[in-house]
Amino acid sequence: MENEFIKQRFHVTRRHFLGKMSLGLGSVALGSLLIPDLFKSGADEGAMLAGLPHFAPKAKRIIYLFQNGAPSQLESFDYKPLLNKMAGQDLPASIRMGQRLTGMTSGQASFPLVGSHFSFKQYGQSGAWVSEIFPNMAKIVDDVCFIKTMHTEAINHDPALTFMQSGAQQGNRPSMGAWLSYGLGSENKNLPAFCVLLSRGRGNGQGVYSKLWTNGFLDSIHQGVQFSSSEERVLYLKDPQGRDRNGTRKMLDNLAELNAMNYQEFGDPETQTRIQQYEMAYRMQTAVPELSDLTQEPDHIIKMYGADCLVPGTYASNCLLARKLSESGVRFVQLYHQGWDQHGNMVGEMPLQAEDVDRSTAALVMDLKQRGLLDETLVIWGGEFGRTNYCQGKLSKENYGRDHHPRAYTIWMAGGGVKPGLVYGETDEFGYNIVRDPVHVNDFHATVLHLMGLNHEQLTYKHLGRRYRLTDVAGKVVSGILA
Amino acid sequence: MNLELHCKAMKNFSFSTATMTLIAIVMLTSSCREKLSASRSKDSVDYNLHIRPILSDRCFKCHGPDANQRKAHLRLDTQEGALAALKDDPEGHAIVPGDPEHSEVYLRLISTDTAELMPPVKSNLKINEQEIALIKKWIAQGAKYKPHWAFIPPHKTAVPEVDDAEWPKNEIDNFILARLESNGIEPNETADPARLLKRVSFDITGLPPTLAMQDKFLEDNSPEAYAKVVDELLAQPQYGEKMAAYWMDVARYADSHGYQDDGLRTMWPWRDWVIHAFNANYPYDQFITWQLAGDLLPNPTKEQLLATGFNRNHKITQEGGVIDEEYRIEYVTDRTNTFGKAFLALTFECAKCHDHKYDPILQKDYYSTFSFFNQVPEKGLVGDITLASLADPPNMKITTADVEKILTFINKKDTATVPVMIMADKSDKRPTYLLKRGVYDAPGDRVYVGLPKAILPFDSVRYGNNRLGLAHWLTDKNNPLTARVFVNRMWQEFFGRGLVKTSGDFGMQGEMPSHPELLDWLALDFMDHGWDIKRLIKQFVTSATYKQSSVVSEKKLAVDPENILLARSSRVKMSAEVIRDLALASSGLLVKEIGGPSVKPYQPKGIWESSTSGRGVLARYVQDHGDKLYRRGLYCFIKRTVPPPSMLVMDGSNRDQCEVKRMRTNTPLQALVLLNDPVVLESSRVFAERLAQKNSTIEEKTIEAFRSIVARAPKPEELKVLLTYYEEEKKGFDQSPEKAREFIAVGEYPQTEIKDVASVAALMQVVHTIFNLEESITKV
Repeated sequence: MENEFIKQRFHVTRRHFLGKMSLGLGSVALGSLLIPDLFKSGADEGAMLAGLPHFAPKAKRIIYLFQNGAPSQLESFDYKPLLNKMAGQDLPASIRMGQRLTGMTSGQASFPLVGSHFSFKQYGQSGAWVSEIFPNMAKIVDDVCFIKTMHTEAINHDPALTFMQSGAQQGNRPSMGAWLSYGLGSENKNLPAFCVLLSRGRGNGQGVYSKLWTNGFLDSIHQGVQFSSSEERVLYLKDPQGRDRNGTRKMLDNLAELNAMNYQEFGDPETQTRIQQYEMAYRMQTAVPELSDLTQEPDHIIKMYGADCLVPGTYASNCLLARKLSESGVRFVQLYHQGWDQHGNMVGEMPLQAEDVDRSTAALVMDLKQRGLLDETLVIWGGEFGRTNYCQGKLSKENYGRDHHPRAYTIWMAGGGVKPGLVYGETDEFGYNIVRDPVHVNDFHATVLHLMGLNHEQLTYKHLGRRYRLTDVAGKVVSGILA
Repeated sequence: MNLELHCKAMKNFSFSTATMTLIAIVMLTSSCREKLSASRSKDSVDYNLHIRPILSDRCFKCHGPDANQRKAHLRLDTQEGALAALKDDPEGHAIVPGDPEHSEVYLRLISTDTAELMPPVKSNLKINEQEIALIKKWIAQGAKYKPHWAFIPPHKTAVPEVDDAEWPKNEIDNFILARLESNGIEPNETADPARLLKRVSFDITGLPPTLAMQDKFLEDNSPEAYAKVVDELLAQPQYGEKMAAYWMDVARYADSHGYQDDGLRTMWPWRDWVIHAFNANYPYDQFITWQLAGDLLPNPTKEQLLATGFNRNHKITQEGGVIDEEYRIEYVTDRTNTFGKAFLALTFECAKCHDHKYDPILQKDYYSTFSFFNQVPEKGLVGDITLASLADPPNMKITTADVEKILTFINKKDTATVPVMIMADKSDKRPTYLLKRGVYDAPGDRVYVGLPKAILPFDSVRYGNNRLGLAHWLTDKNNPLTARVFVNRMWQEFFGRGLVKTSGDFGMQGEMPSHPELLDWLALDFMDHGWDIKRLIKQFVTSATYKQSSVVSEKKLAVDPENILLARSSRVKMSAEVIRDLALASSGLLVKEIGGPSVKPYQPKGIWESSTSGRGVLARYVQDHGDKLYRRGLYCFIKRTVPPPSMLVMDGSNRDQCEVKRMRTNTPLQALVLLNDPVVLESSRVFAERLAQKNSTIEEKTIEAFRSIVARAPKPEELKVLLTYYEEEKKGFDQSPEKAREFIAVGEYPQTEIKDVASVAALMQVVHTIFNLEESITKV
């Protein structure tokens, strides 16, 4: 009786699981309960996930438009006319308050303040300030919540990026997308829960690293799957030359038959799982190319995102692809756009970077809105830290640069349960320190998880004796930005 | 899939059906671990076995070793603390031995007042009724504390008697069988010879047995046949490669510096040394002493210096503008954490910012250990990527003369000198301070070299007050951890699961050993026999336990889904490197050269390029050609920020930090790699071409491919499927020869002259299918 039950149980739960997966939204919690263990053999120090999400989510999916290299808040959204007035004067010590400096400016004899080369205006009902180089983003300010008071602990790119993405500056911790994949699973049985898209701008760039989308100590099923701009969108997805879909189908059928014989002999459930994974791989092979074919998008959409969106590997193309992936149920789409590290030549590079992202970013938000998806999709735009209010290197009439600044920077969010048309927090007149409502990276993570229906203190994974969290040991939900 | 998962699943799906059976199974499962672990008397509650895991996991965070975070001045990790009068209520006691009803601990667990309840609601931790019942019983039985098993030196017990005296082949089997007999379970029969040969061959050399080895072994019916094969395998240089692949994870070996820009480094001579050390069978105590402190040995040899590269394998930044000291501290931190995890299986890193929450490692202890590694004359940032340092100082330069005379195991390809990072100590000691909250620029009190005394007191006069002293302490036979940790890791690699499952954590939060007496026996035996690694492995693989078949009966799957009791052999998916090696070796493509600079085989285009800052020689992936395409997996170039993608998909390590146990997952992306990775396709193609040239029937060719890859003859029904499949494919390719030509065009290996393209393509398809069998990539 017991044996029979166990035998049956395997098939029942599996079928049941796969059936539920295909139902999508309604079965989120169920999928999430099973996903962490489904792909795992010899269960590790896994935590028992129960009752996820912890409460009704505001957002179901995230598109994170990461601006890699740290775009200057002072040339984009944090308008500080005082810096123009005081241009050339030294940063008062009373403002710097002992803030540590990077090795790039610590040797500078003076720290001359410099204002934005670009003019600012207020837009929308909210009256948010936006610089002239972001004319399209200016149009969506009433859908956006600006956070002026992000602050971080790291002062260099690698640790700061790693901190933004994984909640720790060092170490092989799972990234945000991996945590969400672990906590909530995928809504689409043919696509990974966590997808990564890369693009490069024309400004001074810093690389990205695959550890930014690592699963860390979570199962490798939660690893971000990188989409490339080549014909083969996902690595190893394409059937080999000379073997078409039919050929692969036939191969899988034979494979399944042979694997089933082996299962008969050994009775190892892993064999069955392997058969299922080949089937899922096969479905992915069809689903991904279909989905990433952007040429079938109607003209008005192409116009919205800009002609660049038909050039694979551009930021615009990635924005459009992100919408399609998200729309198809990918839990977390992570973009990285490189080139925002303006230590010098702010005047030359910043407009080029802005031009790359401005139109398609705004288009993405509007597109989601017109499809009725913005309410359930959280869009995030921003970098790993801010930039100094003083000039790095030589300050001239024509040009200037800015060093890394961890104490205050601006990011924005839209949709997914965030208050639209809000400017949250305030920096001082120098744009250097926070005067009201600081948001630490841990707070940011806690808030994002909260919007997804997860309590950041409860989404844990026990690894080597310790329960880890995305927010480590800190973090408060920023209730002021919740809709 | 394990039983727990199914129980979880069932809870959700079908409470309505078979509820009684379900409950039976849930109970079976929840008590599984405990039942399987409990080897002694049934009714007495054991602190180490039953109670500490609960208290540690749910209580010690606030009532444990960390004095700064301790709540209500109460500590429950020591008997003294638990029995003392309560600070807030001098009349009350947390635990009153024999009297749970007057023990505050018990009363708080069952309290209905949420303000009183423990653990507090907001901790998100819970202790279930069964656990509460256990704690109650333990208190009633006298609340006896015991020291943590891992901190007591291994204790020699007599090899247990067993009923079936025929079964054991060596002492391991007595320990395993005694447990099985007490649980009323019989071990599996011995695996069939072909599968046994496959298992031992992969385990020792990481390669499939050749057809010649298979024939020889299957024909040899003498009782010594198996032992002979084991000796042969252990004598092959591929043994050193297999062992090195594991050690490279522990040592976080990579070919790039990590961090942004991620430039090239040349640590591969150190890797060549590791292979050599395993092949020369250096005793484990020597192996680790040289790596930790080779430079401090009297008149160190070049080889001993090279071995210390172990502690320079950590990541090094080349990001311009970083604060030098911040990163120098980071490197010392990495060494300290690696030391804890690699050799002691302890989570030292938890004591970097505060006293350890669970284990007796104070923050002061952390920085005392840190102090050993804090003496290196090094910088946090030697220079950014434009300087392109292959080996930041201190380093040694390996010349052609060195390789000809002394370091003969290094596979240096040309006359260029190779710089390798090694360890050294400054002549004037760098003072070490406890860093408050672990922050590099927040020094607290000065500390001096030392180690957590709960493990083994560190006597600097006896051991010496530098890294060599540290190595002496580590290899002291009274050190309770060193031998146990290593023996357990090897057990994990050969049996699929450590005797202590948490092979990286022997602390309070780790799991109890499944067979504590066996672990101790093995550790002592290992030390008593000169830390002889090959001997240890031979003990493993010649045991009856190891030789069992891996067939899983439903009963065994139900009773012991994780195979803790070892009433069968575990089926284990092969590692990323071994899967690659299987394809290359069985097809005959493998180049068996040992060591040398890492190679860059096929990799999907644009992976490095899309992620790079554009700076440094590793900005672009320049693929190798010729022999370098066919080297073993352990030689594949690891660029830390963008590790080889197929390896990552197959659960390979990204070498960011010390790792002692890889994950084993089963995912759709793995299927895609096996279906479409050119390595597997090219191996299939070359194999098919070779077979096509032979004067044999298609049936014979299929059997040869199957035996080379799966290491056994196909069964008639399997053969039938493959032959039918071949005929279908042949027909298809006959009809579209251009497809056949495309299919066999994969890879750079020169094509042989092919007369019948369709039959080669069809055969290639069959070979490729065999490579994709679950059994092929599984240690069965």
